[in-house]
Amino acid sequence: MPKAKASEETKKELKEMAPEAAPEEEEVLLKSGDVGAGMTPEESAAPSAGAPAAEAAGEAPSAKRESVMATPQYIFKQVSNIVFGVLSPKLLKKMASAKVVTPELYDKEGYPVDGGLMDIRLGVIDPGLRCKTCGCKLKECIGHFGYIEMARPVVHIKFVPVILSLLRSTCHECGKILIPKEKLEKSKSILEKIEIEGGLRARRKAIKTIIDSLKAGNKCSHCNAKQSKISLEKPTTYMEGERRLSPIEVRARLEKIPDEDAMIFGINPATVRPEWLILTVLPVPPVTMRPSITLETGERSEDDLTHKLGDIVRINQRLFENINAGAPEIIIEDLWDLLQYHVTTFFDNDVAQLPPARHRSGQPLKTLTERIKSKEGRIRHNLAGKRTNFCARTVISPDPFIKVNEVGVPKVIAMKVTVPEVVQPWNMAYLKKFVERGPGTYPGANYVVRPDGKKKKITEETKEAALEELQPGYVVERHLMDGDITIFNRQPCLHRMSTMCHKVKVLPGRTLRLNPTVCAPYNADFDGDEMNLHVPQTEESRAEAEILMQVQTQLISPRYGLPVIGCLQDSLSGSYALTKFAELSREDAIQLLIRAGVTDVGKLPNKKTVNGREIFSVMMPDDFNFEGESRSGAKIVIKDGKLVEGVIDEKSLGEGSGFLLRALHRQYGSQTTIDILYKVFTLGNEYLQMTGFSIVISDFDLPSIAQEQIEQAIVEAENEIQTLIQQFHEGKLEAFPGRSVGETLEFKILELLNKARNKAGQLVKEHAKKDTDTRIMVDSGARGNILQLSQISAIVGQQALRGKRIEKGYRGRTLSCFKKGDISPLAHGFVRSNLKKGLSPQEFFFCNITGRDSLMDTALRTPKSGYLYRRLANAMQDLRVEYDGTVRDATGKIIQFKYGEDSVDVSRSENGKINIQRIIDTTE
Amino acid sequence: MKAKYDVTKHALVPKHAKASEKEKKDLLESYNITLHQLPRILKSDPAIDHLDAEEGDVIRITRASPTAGETVFYRRVING
Repeated sequence: MPKAKASEETKKELKEMAPEAAPEEEEVLLKSGDVGAGMTPEESAAPSAGAPAAEAAGEAPSAKRESVMATPQYIFKQVSNIVFGVLSPKLLKKMASAKVVTPELYDKEGYPVDGGLMDIRLGVIDPGLRCKTCGCKLKECIGHFGYIEMARPVVHIKFVPVILSLLRSTCHECGKILIPKEKLEKSKSILEKIEIEGGLRARRKAIKTIIDSLKAGNKCSHCNAKQSKISLEKPTTYMEGERRLSPIEVRARLEKIPDEDAMIFGINPATVRPEWLILTVLPVPPVTMRPSITLETGERSEDDLTHKLGDIVRINQRLFENINAGAPEIIIEDLWDLLQYHVTTFFDNDVAQLPPARHRSGQPLKTLTERIKSKEGRIRHNLAGKRTNFCARTVISPDPFIKVNEVGVPKVIAMKVTVPEVVQPWNMAYLKKFVERGPGTYPGANYVVRPDGKKKKITEETKEAALEELQPGYVVERHLMDGDITIFNRQPCLHRMSTMCHKVKVLPGRTLRLNPTVCAPYNADFDGDEMNLHVPQTEESRAEAEILMQVQTQLISPRYGLPVIGCLQDSLSGSYALTKFAELSREDAIQLLIRAGVTDVGKLPNKKTVNGREIFSVMMPDDFNFEGESRSGAKIVIKDGKLVEGVIDEKSLGEGSGFLLRALHRQYGSQTTIDILYKVFTLGNEYLQMTGFSIVISDFDLPSIAQEQIEQAIVEAENEIQTLIQQFHEGKLEAFPGRSVGETLEFKILELLNKARNKAGQLVKEHAKKDTDTRIMVDSGARGNILQLSQISAIVGQQALRGKRIEKGYRGRTLSCFKKGDISPLAHGFVRSNLKKGLSPQEFFFCNITGRDSLMDTALRTPKSGYLYRRLANAMQDLRVEYDGTVRDATGKIIQFKYGEDSVDVSRSENGKINIQRIIDTTE
Repeated sequence: MKAKYDVTKHALVPKHAKASEKEKKDLLESYNITLHQLPRILKSDPAIDHLDAEEGDVIRITRASPTAGETVFYRRVING
């Protein structure tokens, strides 16, 4: 290739006057080669003492690399810049360790052919063979590039647009850019600005527009040569007018472009000479990044890349032979096009205008671009998407009988996920038993790891050998057992309590089990939620997880300083009922306490019957004093560990309030609190179990006086509205300032209806049957509220859509059963009935309108607010509170001069406040 | 264009004042920071229009805080 050589020389000169320091670029360029090889999965690029690329590369850059590889200690360097470039044909040949000349892969003995695509100079993929370039064995040798000398140059598909803009904007005679000298400086500054905004692509586009705007009359301003239009016939053919430009011609033109003009295109000629964009030498990637698989039949199945390279080599050799034999131009052209096709599909098998190259089975080949691109590509799948071993994921279900900091793990999972245990003289016998039981029987072991790192699977056959071999220093990977440390997690991980450490409890079944009290921090429910379980594999990580992330360490939320874990549902109802009404015989009380896991019942007063507060007091520490409020505002007093006054409800025990739990935590620490929490939780549940808990429809009955009063309130409101409407029609209604009369009417109607509904609610609260199980649920805060109660027993009330009464539907009315222009409450979504009595069809329809609207609203709002939260979290992720109380970012810039403006550590406060009075009281 | 409204009179605009050289020095010393680590405020900010602040000046902002009653904040003036 004489032409290539000529250009090579010009390039050498260029390198010397390159603006950036040349050696550094070289280094980076070579490194990028390494990256390519390292893409093979499970590639461990251990630095070896050999001089791998020495003979292949020869000159300065390789010498540098060699010195890095040969010295045993690592050299740390700060990367000052990274330069991306295109490899020159000369450099390609230099860095290659073999020239590929034959499409054959293996000889008759199955040994790789010299000069073939599996040449052992390109690296080894067979165990036992040694790489001819570096002398390393399989997994030690990272592989080496080879090259193919192209019989005729071809276009690189990824450079097609760049080449096109270069051809269009330069003179075909002198190679200079088609902008006159005078205007060059000005154009440069314009382009500079465009590049900042839109990058290199925009810059090249802008060059074309500048040239077009010059109206130079298709003439080169430097040599006056006439320019003809150059177009691209996709995918890879350039046309000058009607004439086809062969890659040779294209290359010749690109060679002519002076370095200064290349710079205008944003191409640094030191790293990318335009003519290098045309392939005269094709690099052959190392064998290690395209390993072949040996099938069970002993047949070899080659990688897609190898297939494609084989095609390229075959056609290339045919082209060589035909050219040498002086074959007719047509045949050569055909082969050339075919070569172009193969090289194109080698880089990208998803080019729009080309049929993708296929396997014999018809499935398209996965070539270079497909390896990197898209969701399944290297970047998103392998680099950004990390996966872990020793983890499990399944559906979760509740189990109130396991501890709060436990997680129920199905046996099938426990037998798959393992914990490594190092064999010591003193646990040898213990571990041998695991090996003996093997992988099939439960507390067994799956693998034995020798000190040299060799991992051996335990099977019925290898069991004996493994048992015999076992000695201190070996590692046994035994099944998961009760008490093992695991990390439990549920997405989305919005706060740190989304990932906590739980201890294993192996259970039958197929779901992961968790105590319902920890639903709140995970935001989990059991409608099909799945969660992840990870098993730390080192002592350090286990210790760290246990100390820093166990459930009890996360009790108090750093967001609002109150417990995130608390009683819920039945246990709240139970605790409330127990402390409010219960009178039990001493025997029953003891029975109850023992079921709740209390073993010391000595605190229970020695009476024939004890009340609920006395039972509850048994679980409190003896020196515990507490004063608080219940939801109703009544006082709660705990004195010397005895509940003297008040009922225990959601405000004392619940998640996100839990003042009693907060007080316990402050005084006795997390472990005691979580123990008490578990006992209280179980006690509440057990009390309900004992007494029974159910609702009746009569729970919602109201006494007739109340019914009359409610009816009266509604009628009154309706009458008032009637007069308002009349006033409105007579034009006597006075408008609110800044509102129209119609709006005023709407406001007044809404107000009156709401007033009536609130009155009804008040009446329900007063008159509804007390102490029914329904009321217990509502009053304890376990479920439901008084509003819902009154909707069932008194009146559902006005249905509001976007803050207004319902207006939608037909013209002038909501439903066709109303008169046009009817503005009475019933025609606009006032639901007069209650849910117990049942709704009229219109009312039912109105309820569905608002119901559907709120459903859609939540469905649309959740992802939106999730994204907002994510952006907030990402923006603030490296802020921290320094020792001087300031909040600073990673660079030390001050964000807040005083954390929260009051320097309160919320996780040590109660609901963001500090109770100074108590501090004074307790310091006495 | 002339300002139509004096923002400093608005209830939501906290009190902005120029910090003296000494206060500035004390501030930087007490937090052991350089001027560049302070939060910024544009010279053209309407709230400091009346102060004739120059680049590099420090503005003391006294604002009401829901957690601390009243709190002091500092910003350095930048051009723009």
